Amino acid sequence: MKKGQLYSIFVERESVFGLLKAFMAVLFSLVVVGVILLLTGYKPLPVFGSLFDGAFGSLRRVGESLVSTTPLIFSSLGFLVAYRCGLFNIGLEGQITVGGIAAAFFGYALPTMPPILHVTICILAGALAGGFWGFIPGYLKAKFGVHEVIGVIMLNNIAFKIAAYLVSMNGPMKDRVDAMPASPFIKESARIVRIIPGTRLHWGIFLAIVTAFVLSIYLFKTRSGFKIRAVGKNRYAAEALGISVRKNIILALALSGALGGMAGAVEILGVHYRLFAAFSPGYGFDAIAVALLGMVHPIGVLASAYLFGILRSGSILMQATFGVNKDMVSVITGVIVLFMGMSAPIGVLVKNRINRKSHGSIH
Amino acid sequence: MNDIVKRFPGILANDKVSLEVEEGEIHCLLGENGAGKSTLMNILYGLYHHDSGEIYLRGKKVEYSGPGDAIKNGIGMVHQHFMLIPVFTVLENLILGTEPVKGISIDVARSERELSEISKKYGMDVNLRACVKDISVGMQQRVEILKLLYRGAEIMIFDEPTAILTPQEIEELYKVMRSLREKGKTIIFITHKLKEVMEISDRVTVLRDGRVIQVVDTKSTNTRDLARMMVGREVLFATERPEMEPGAEILRVEDLRAKDKRGNMALKGLSLSVRQGEIVGIAGVDGNGQTELVELLTGLRKSESGSIFLGGKEMRHKSSREFLKAGTAHIPEDRLLRGLILDFPLYENMVLGFEDEKPFARGIFLDFKRVREWAAKLVAAFDVRTPNVGVLAGTLSGGNQQKAVLAREFARNPKILVASQPTRGLDVGAIEFIHQQIMNAKKQGKGVLLVSLDLGEIMNLSDRILVIYEGKIIAEFQAGKATEAEIGFMMAGGGKER
Repeated sequence: MKKGQLYSIFVERESVFGLLKAFMAVLFSLVVVGVILLLTGYKPLPVFGSLFDGAFGSLRRVGESLVSTTPLIFSSLGFLVAYRCGLFNIGLEGQITVGGIAAAFFGYALPTMPPILHVTICILAGALAGGFWGFIPGYLKAKFGVHEVIGVIMLNNIAFKIAAYLVSMNGPMKDRVDAMPASPFIKESARIVRIIPGTRLHWGIFLAIVTAFVLSIYLFKTRSGFKIRAVGKNRYAAEALGISVRKNIILALALSGALGGMAGAVEILGVHYRLFAAFSPGYGFDAIAVALLGMVHPIGVLASAYLFGILRSGSILMQATFGVNKDMVSVITGVIVLFMGMSAPIGVLVKNRINRKSHGSIH
Repeated sequence: MNDIVKRFPGILANDKVSLEVEEGEIHCLLGENGAGKSTLMNILYGLYHHDSGEIYLRGKKVEYSGPGDAIKNGIGMVHQHFMLIPVFTVLENLILGTEPVKGISIDVARSERELSEISKKYGMDVNLRACVKDISVGMQQRVEILKLLYRGAEIMIFDEPTAILTPQEIEELYKVMRSLREKGKTIIFITHKLKEVMEISDRVTVLRDGRVIQVVDTKSTNTRDLARMMVGREVLFATERPEMEPGAEILRVEDLRAKDKRGNMALKGLSLSVRQGEIVGIAGVDGNGQTELVELLTGLRKSESGSIFLGGKEMRHKSSREFLKAGTAHIPEDRLLRGLILDFPLYENMVLGFEDEKPFARGIFLDFKRVREWAAKLVAAFDVRTPNVGVLAGTLSGGNQQKAVLAREFARNPKILVASQPTRGLDVGAIEFIHQQIMNAKKQGKGVLLVSLDLGEIMNLSDRILVIYEGKIIAEFQAGKATEAEIGFMMAGGGKER
């Protein structure tokens, strides 16, 4: 295979520019948070230090960052598939939730069987459930023109309520023994094996990485991926050239939901071992920032998901040590999204501005 | 402007270009697409910054950092694509950004008074209270011109202003330009149409490949010489029309009725037929159902009633994909919207509509190596000028984009070619090439349905000319058996009481 052929699976033409933009966005978000910390009476450097320490300070902490990286990879892959088709799926949190429900159910309801088989069934069930949750808004959009954002927000709420009901007192999936509002534990055979004892890090991370590569090949090397991208870039041209806009909208959202469902399934099977309401701490919403920072490219997303994993787990120690609310991390997220939405890397924009000033006036 | 140099990645757009424009003249900037006309004007207007060279205004050197500075210096530009807000009124659009203020409110009365004075002075009738979206394209252009005058422009750049106008509107525009000249304004007129140069300009600067070829007085030149300077070789103006006996009927449309996108009836019982080896031209004024007809014939719109037979097969309510499969090739009227995906590289554009066919489709995969090779072949065969097939389609010039569309559509080996406005906005060289290709299609025995607002183009190419008016074919002429005036009379609905 020639160099040119592998090229697009890994990077795209604009990616050098994008990389710079991503780098500047991260840097700037840290500066902004630093300023906020200063203004609120904290010393930024020690606080950032504890954030770092919380993510890398011990084997367990390194493991924890990777634990939250895993669902972030899946869900941001989900976001980017839809995005590549010109759709904005902010319904991943709901799709994660239904994926988790399905995986948990098959995890405890099926009899013990060989682990490979059991885990596979549960992940597939999660993907199907999430996929269905994505298919509905896709169908509504293709058939009736319902905007996908409206559709997925509705379905988010429905998913949250269903999950809460299922594990509530007398709910159909409620564990009869435990008083906690949670489902029974899944069978041993349905649990994803942990990689390093003493950490919660499980093999799901590798599944996530493999999925990213498969998705990259799908988007950039297959016919179906080509069509999805064509619809995303110019649906009018796609339509005129015999590519069905409706079919691809439905397909992209279903695929997007399926990846969200896998995030939920892997989270249940590898970390929690049982279902409880709101088991995902907002991975589906972080997915947007992760995908944008990763230049909506599956491989880029691997890096940015890890960064967000670091922030998530590091923030816990930061809060414990300095009393800085861990939600400060979401300020970083917000600033990153803001800068990634800009037309050019922030540094370049500033430079242009300065150039313009120095070129002087006219008369 | 002196020795202006502007480099884009991979292209030298302006190579030491010097341009001298005198006060109170209409100066034409003539050149093919990609010759560097627009780049030069964008530099003058402050949208680009030149790499080297100087700009002098009334003897004084100027430097500016953006269009704002250019406007302050009395330079204004009417762009090809209007910068108007459709839901605002004409007045609101005109004063936007420079609203006269009275307290916290806008002094509407004052601006209305000022603007109607300006429009009277230059003989431009505009209804200030109409919504921009409700007025014609010609009127919208007038609003753009008024906007410049309102902001005190002395030098006005018109970027291919006639490309979107009907013949009558073009006449109106000439009138306005002449009256502007009388009042001492200076006009720089970007075009690649020779007729326009001869009609309106005082002097011409001809650009080719980013260099000035010649500066001439319009009076002392003619279209043939200008064309040679512009293209760099002799140009055929009329494509030779081979006389051929048409073959079997390939497309038949019967009593077609359809609505436009607003839900009004656009086609009211239209019938036509096209045979193999025949070019059928649809002449008509814009908005008489041409767009809807083309969309129906390519599966992009559903009809209310009537039939479309393609090679004897009923195609009513079939999808665009099925039309493609049945042997339709489509050159869309808006190549940027329907013809190409501008953010895709050229090779991906060339495989659109072929992605499920061998040899490109290999199982679930698309063989991009083959696609690239194939795209390179098409690009070479159709003289699409591009550094390589990996560049984004959006970076090519209009003529090259259209050639790319043509290359892809001809590669389908279609039975029928539906070409809508195939040369709109293109330069002489590209038009000549595209007309030849359409003739080739005819020679190969394909049926061609040519829809164009350019009557000259229709008369030049067609074997039969059908006139469309208010969603119906109201007249039919054989090639060479009718004058422009006769057809024009029918286009205006003149034969309605026939």
